[in-house]
This record gives sequence, C-alpha cells and structure tokens, in this order.
Amino acid sequence: MTPATHDDANAVLTFRDAGIRFGNRTLWSGLDLILNRGEFVAILGPNGSGKTSLLRTVLGQLPLSRGTLSFLGRPVRHGDRRIGYIPQQRIADRGTPVRAKELVGFGIDGHRFGLPLPSRTRRARVTEALEAVGAGAWASRSIGTMSGGEQQRVRIAQALVGRPDLLLCDEPLSSLDLLHQREISHLLDRSRRERNLGLLMITHDINPVLTMVDRVVYVAAGQVRVGTVDEVLTTEVLSDLYQTTVEVLRVQGRIVVAGVPNDDASGHLGADDHHVQAPL
Amino acid sequence: MTHDLLSELFQFTNYGELLVLVRNSIIAGAALGIVGGLIGVLVMSRDLAFAVHGVSELSFAGAAAGLLLGVGVVSGALFGSLVAAVLIGFLGSRARDRNSAIAVLMPFGLGLGILCLSLYSGRSANKFGLLTGQIVAVDDPRLHSMLVISTIVVLGLLLAWRPLMFTSLDAEVASARGLPRLGLSMYFMVLLGLATAVSVQIVGSLLVLSVLVTPAAAALRVSRSPVLVPVLSVAFAVTAMVGGIMLALGGNIPISPFVTTISFLIYVVCRVIGRFRFRS
Repeated sequence: MTPATHDDANAVLTFRDAGIRFGNRTLWSGLDLILNRGEFVAILGPNGSGKTSLLRTVLGQLPLSRGTLSFLGRPVRHGDRRIGYIPQQRIADRGTPVRAKELVGFGIDGHRFGLPLPSRTRRARVTEALEAVGAGAWASRSIGTMSGGEQQRVRIAQALVGRPDLLLCDEPLSSLDLLHQREISHLLDRSRRERNLGLLMITHDINPVLTMVDRVVYVAAGQVRVGTVDEVLTTEVLSDLYQTTVEVLRVQGRIVVAGVPNDDASGHLGADDHHVQAPL
Repeated sequence: MTHDLLSELFQFTNYGELLVLVRNSIIAGAALGIVGGLIGVLVMSRDLAFAVHGVSELSFAGAAAGLLLGVGVVSGALFGSLVAAVLIGFLGSRARDRNSAIAVLMPFGLGLGILCLSLYSGRSANKFGLLTGQIVAVDDPRLHSMLVISTIVVLGLLLAWRPLMFTSLDAEVASARGLPRLGLSMYFMVLLGLATAVSVQIVGSLLVLSVLVTPAAAALRVSRSPVLVPVLSVAFAVTAMVGGIMLALGGNIPISPFVTTISFLIYVVCRVIGRFRFRS
C-alpha cells in the first residue's frame, strides 16, 4: 500500500514501520498507517495488546522503538495543541467541583501560565463549543453529577475547542448504554466531517461505529493489520494474526468475533455478544 | 466564676493602646489570610489537606530547632517546611503513597520539635507559641520576612493558577497537553511549604489547617465559580485571622482558639447555606 502524493498533502498522521518494544518484549511492530484529514480510523484489539500505547506515541508521551511517526509532516512532540485528546478515565469530583465550562476552558488556556484574567472571547468560545455538542444547557453543572454520556459530550467540547487537526479518543463509548453509544459516535463522526479532522479512536467494540469508520487498525499478538472493516475483520486475517482459528461472523449487521485466545469477554471486539461465542 | 472565665477570655480595657502594640501581628495576620485563602483552594482541589498538616509539623520541628540552635524561628520554620514539602512531593505522587509518607513524617517532626524545645532554655512563651500560636512576637524584621514570603507565594500561585488547576482537576488531559505533572507538583509543594512556614509562626503548627484549609473548604460549600471561590476563601481567612487577633488581644489566651473558632463557625454557616443552595 504505497500512498499517492495526493494522500501525503492530506495526511495528518503518518506511521512508517513503527513498533514499540519494552525490554525484550515487542508490544507491536510493523505499523504503516497514513491517517488523512476527515478520515475515521478505529483501533481494535484485545486488552493489553498496546492500543493505548499507540495513542501515547501520538501524544508524544511514549517514543517508538522503531520506525517513524509524523504529525502534519513533522515528528510528533509532546503537548502539541493541534491534537485533541479524550482520555478513557472518567472525571470524579474531588475536593473541588469542576463545572463543564471550566473543563472546556482548560482546553483553551489551561496550559498557559500568567495571570488568569477574564476574557469575553474566551467565554464565547466555551459557550460555542458546548453548544456545538448539545451541552449548552449544562455549562454550569458539575462534571461529577453528570451521566457518562453527558460527561463525554463535555469531553468532546473540550477537545474540539482548541480547533485540533487530529482527535484521539480512548474508549469513548465504554461505560455508555446503547443509545448514548450511538449519540456519541454520531457526534464524533459528524465532528470529523465538519471540521475535516483526522479521528483515531480506540474501541473494544466495532459495532457502534461500524457504518462510520473508514478503516481499522487491528492490534494483536505483537502484530498490526490495517485496512477497511471488510479487509481486516475476516476469519482469514484474524486467524492468521492470532495463529489459531478465529471465526468472524456477521449477525444482523453486527460483527461478532469468536474463538479469540484468552478472550476475557470484557475487553474484546464484539464483547457484548459473547454469549454467541460460547457454543463455538 | 463565670465572670472570671469571661474576663480571662475577653478584656478590653486599654484596647486602643494594645492595638498599637499588635499592629504588626494584624498586618501579618491579614497577609496570612490572603495567602491561606488562596492556597487553600488549590490544597482542596489537589486533595492535600493532610499534607498541609504534615508539612506544618515539620515546620514546627524546624522552628524549634531554629530556636535551640539560635538560627532563628523564621529560617528554621522555612527550612523544616521546605524539606517536608519536597519530601512529600517526591514520595507521594499517588494519594495512597502520599498519605502514608505524611503519616510517617508527621510524628517524627513533632517528636523532633518537642526534643528541641525541651533542650531549649530560653523563654517558655516562645515554646508554647510555636504549637498554638502567638501574637506579640512579630517584630519588624519578622514582619518584613513574612510579607516578602507571602508576596512570593501569592504571585507564584497566581502566575501558575491555570496549569495548577488543570493538572489538579483533569490530570490526564493536562499531561497530554504537555504540562509536567511532577514539576508542577513540586512547584506547588514549595509554595505550600512557604505558606506553612508563615502560618506556623502566627497560628502555631497544630492549627495551620484552620487557615490553609478551612476557609477554602467553606467557600467551596457556597460557590462553584472559579472566581468567587478564591475571593470568598480569602475573605473568610482574613476575617478569621484579623478577627482572631483582635479578640485574643484582651485575654491571656493564645490567638489560635479565636482564629480556629471563627474559621470553624464560618465553615458551619457555609455548610448550612450550601445545603439550601445546592439542594438537588
């Protein structure tokens, strides 16, 4: 898969023969991926396969052990503000209640030193960002009192308020019910189209975003496969990856993967369908 | 009997003359109120109330050692609290580690301080004062050193206010944004050490929490605004400090019971108001 020059101009993120190794253990290697503007790529794979580590390389928090990684044509650097990030962890209110507008405000100037002076443009940007994700009415609510779906909307507003070129999401749909999974994935999908940004999302379940993703990155057993859903999520490709027979089934427009070794049914693709796996 | 107790507590004859004598203390108290009210907001959001107590005990040890060795209470207190603050900052990046580190340091500091005091042969009023506070001991050079330290703390806090809040309340995203977690934590601990060293000299090490934590905790009960909370917290702390000194002036009682009582009453009132305001 050699990228055309046209792709290069559009590329947000480029991995070339990338890999991570901790000591003697190769987490994964051989990743070649060009993520273009407006493209939605999902990262799949079992727990511990190195999906979050992959995101951390993009954030500049973890160096590659081999290969190269560039963001908008330059090597990635830690703290690049053209990257929006939605972490997996939920926010718990500790001593101080954080309101939605403060959290979004951090996305604008939370990193900045100097006297924090109130500014009208800043307030307007926060309001605009919250309204864009349908959270305008919650500006003054504490994050700790929000449901998972509501928190996730505020998170998206926070990530988008900095007008990023790339949006990284770590399991944004976990701990949401089906309705909210649909809402949040549509919101992310719409944002990447409207803003023409690259969207890289870790998910343990492909189904909520099945009709939206352009390509998937499947990480397992130290290896990586990149391609469209139809190219990668097949019995042949996954069996080859896991070195054992893995069955990929399509059941009523959903994808179910069965027979993954050591599958703990909680951290894997199609995990909520694990009852289907049992008879196999 | 009741009359005796009351006159022991409050004696307002020659109040005007006394006021002149404690002018320095009132200025120092007001400065400490500003410092304590401001830093308290961050202490709460970083979940460091217990650390404040730990730092203050080591500050007491330092001050007592300073008294014994003739280096002076101010430099002793400063040295003790900075050592404690840096140790706690290094030993405890996670809350659990931190609390055990503090629990280990605290009695050691207290013991060391008591040892130094029992070896000290000077005036005994000084000894007691380090634990429970004093008002008459603020001479001009000491007032100046306190004002200088207070100014450093207030400026240091304001300049890093946003990053400190960001890392406290949303650590994952803050660190993805390139904010150095450990660096900011150490920076804050040093400011906390300085603030504690000032407090110990006035309210005494046992009661530092009433200035560095209670006012902010009270403010957080009645407001969630990132502007109003620090403003209220400062107002509460200044009221408790200055009010406490004015009341203590009459009797033979140390200043701290007055400061802690006012501080506590403000907190109780705020809790009651908060119950009505945020009933949801």
